Amino acid sequence: MTMLKIEGLTAEVDGKPILQGIDLEIPLGELHAIMGPNGSGKSTLSYVLAGREGYEVTGGSATFAGQDLLAMEPEQRAAAGLFLAFQYPVELPGVGNANFLRTALNALRRSRGESDLDAMQFLKLARERMRALHMPEDMLKRGVNVGFSGGEKKRNEVLQMALLGPRMAILDETDSGLDIDALRIVADGVNALRGPEFSALVITHYQRLLDYIVPDRVHVLIGGRIVKSGGPELAQELEASGYASVQAAA
Amino acid sequence: MPAVTETIDTVQSVTEGAYKWGFQTDIEMDFAPKGLNEDIVRFISKKKNEPEWLLEWRLKAFALWKKMEEPRWAAVSYPPIDYQDAYYYAAPKEGPKSLDEVDPELLRTYEKLGIPLKEQAWLAGVSPQQEGGEGRSMPIAVDAVFDSVSVATTFKERLAKDGIIFCPISEAVQDHPDLVRQYLGSVVPQGDNFYAALNSAVFTDGSFVYIPKGVRCPMELSTYFRINAKSTGQFERTLIIADAGSHVSYLEGCTAPMRDENQLHAAVVELVALDDATIKYSTVQNWYPGDAEGRGGIYNFVTKRAQCRGARSKVSWTQVETGSAITWKYPSCILLGDDSVGEFYSVAITNNRQQADTGTKMIHLGKRTTSTIVSKGISAGRGQNTYRGLVRIAPAASAARNFTQCDSLLIGDQCGAHTVPYIENRCISAKVEHEATTSRIAEDQLFYCRSRGLTQEDAVGLIVNGFCREVLKELPMEFAVEAQKLLQISLEGSVG
Repeated sequence: MTMLKIEGLTAEVDGKPILQGIDLEIPLGELHAIMGPNGSGKSTLSYVLAGREGYEVTGGSATFAGQDLLAMEPEQRAAAGLFLAFQYPVELPGVGNANFLRTALNALRRSRGESDLDAMQFLKLARERMRALHMPEDMLKRGVNVGFSGGEKKRNEVLQMALLGPRMAILDETDSGLDIDALRIVADGVNALRGPEFSALVITHYQRLLDYIVPDRVHVLIGGRIVKSGGPELAQELEASGYASVQAAA
Repeated sequence: MPAVTETIDTVQSVTEGAYKWGFQTDIEMDFAPKGLNEDIVRFISKKKNEPEWLLEWRLKAFALWKKMEEPRWAAVSYPPIDYQDAYYYAAPKEGPKSLDEVDPELLRTYEKLGIPLKEQAWLAGVSPQQEGGEGRSMPIAVDAVFDSVSVATTFKERLAKDGIIFCPISEAVQDHPDLVRQYLGSVVPQGDNFYAALNSAVFTDGSFVYIPKGVRCPMELSTYFRINAKSTGQFERTLIIADAGSHVSYLEGCTAPMRDENQLHAAVVELVALDDATIKYSTVQNWYPGDAEGRGGIYNFVTKRAQCRGARSKVSWTQVETGSAITWKYPSCILLGDDSVGEFYSVAITNNRQQADTGTKMIHLGKRTTSTIVSKGISAGRGQNTYRGLVRIAPAASAARNFTQCDSLLIGDQCGAHTVPYIENRCISAKVEHEATTSRIAEDQLFYCRSRGLTQEDAVGLIVNGFCREVLKELPMEFAVEAQKLLQISLEGSVG
């Protein structure tokens, strides 16, 4: 079964074309990586898939588990099981992390026809997941991302992902700004979710993350198009020879 | 004569959830003739069977009012008010009586307004053993004011055991005339301002609280104000006296039917805290705000002031202002006693065409007096929200301290937020701090929440509640939950 299928997708931001015709298919249970230089359209692709305002789709299609993804509101995409780990997680002053996570989890549970978790049930679940991710418990008490270091913000994204249990996660440069220990924690979080029912799209600039999260397929995005696809070895090649070689070949 | 037809609920269904308290109760009412003159003042005083001194007091206020002009300095605009085109007295025909005889229609009204069930049970006349409340959550005593009169007051006997007086002010005038005479107008004199003078002349009911020396009030006291009748104003007067070493927490709530006309609410609240006494006064103001086009709604022109008369006394105002077409309100503290403390925590929301000009005055007169002001203004739609505050430190108030924080949140691009702080410091050893921020609910915050599965409305609610957290945590628990829901409802449709 295909989890995500993108065909001929074009999109623009502020009238400027960024995505120039993307074709991509991610089967259920697979983890794909998209690599590319700065300005190639990596973040635009993740925002278009998550439904951010201002990212105008001008052509093509995207289906998620057979549903028309582009017709859905962002919260409907989340309810359908899509999760975006942000490159720059947003701060919500005064909103407690635990409250935020529980509100989000219960919104998703309701959309699946499940009952709300009360505060105690939620805390039990959250503590379990946090232990597995080696996160200090006080992260629950703090404001959402407020005063978090870069690494803490990314770990918080992974915690959200672990709690919300998506069918597919898009990780937008989750490795940027992470030291090696944080990188490992993030990678462990993603690997823990991997299985026949979980798909992922890992967007990254560097090959480094892919040492820890080994992808099934690697795609190279340049100038708003996927110019090359291959197995995990493609990431190694890029690391050795740079994007310029692929660009020249394409 | 139980009487009374069904409640009219149509308005609510038409506007679907926007203002859920907009129904009207059909009940037989007693009105004074329309208009305002000396005869009306005499009429009200006579209705209340008041002593001569109080009639004189009212007439003096009326004479002062006639010479005064409406204040025009607030950042609000509205057409001229015709003070002759309103009723100044409206009361259910069946006067107040023992609780289990309260008109069932009134009981249903309060039930619909969602006053917590335990109070309803008591309002409906449940047996007194429930009152003791062993093993129950703490009860809340309620004084229910319906237009011009108090229709029921609960837990009076229980409170009386501790010497606490909690009753309608009209009853206090009869039963405790010395206390009323000693304190009425001692914080807000008759001629204080235009609306206070008007209130002093025609006030009809309100709550009276006296907490004796050293007593900690065993339950929350609350007054629930309801404007029901058409073309009437509500002019309630509340007087709370906390004697030395006592402690009381008092809540007030208010709603009104939805109507095209504007109705005037001009209340006066006076608080007196003696040595070491603490008064915590919380308001959830939810008067009808008018429709999306700005038709109708309550003009909420209110004077609230506390005097921290005794050493180490403390008064804390917490307000959540979501309703009213126009709010003009500055709950203030006169910090007279040495080491006395004044606090003001406020959330004010203006959506659609609502206007709010609200804030506080902290007048430091005693030594080492401290005050804290935390104001959160939220503007949406075409709402206009002004914080106006005064911190005045007298030469004698050595080592006085004030901290002020004013934050404004804008939702959309057609609303306004304004901050007008006045600071007058005449004391070299005093310390005054002021912080202010203005922010917007950012698109990335909304998108972040929505990508986690929250709807737009829930996302706004979450962000707004986060913004107001420092104020909401000051509210008593039951009120805090209600206030959070109210914030969200008040902002429905403000984004998108």
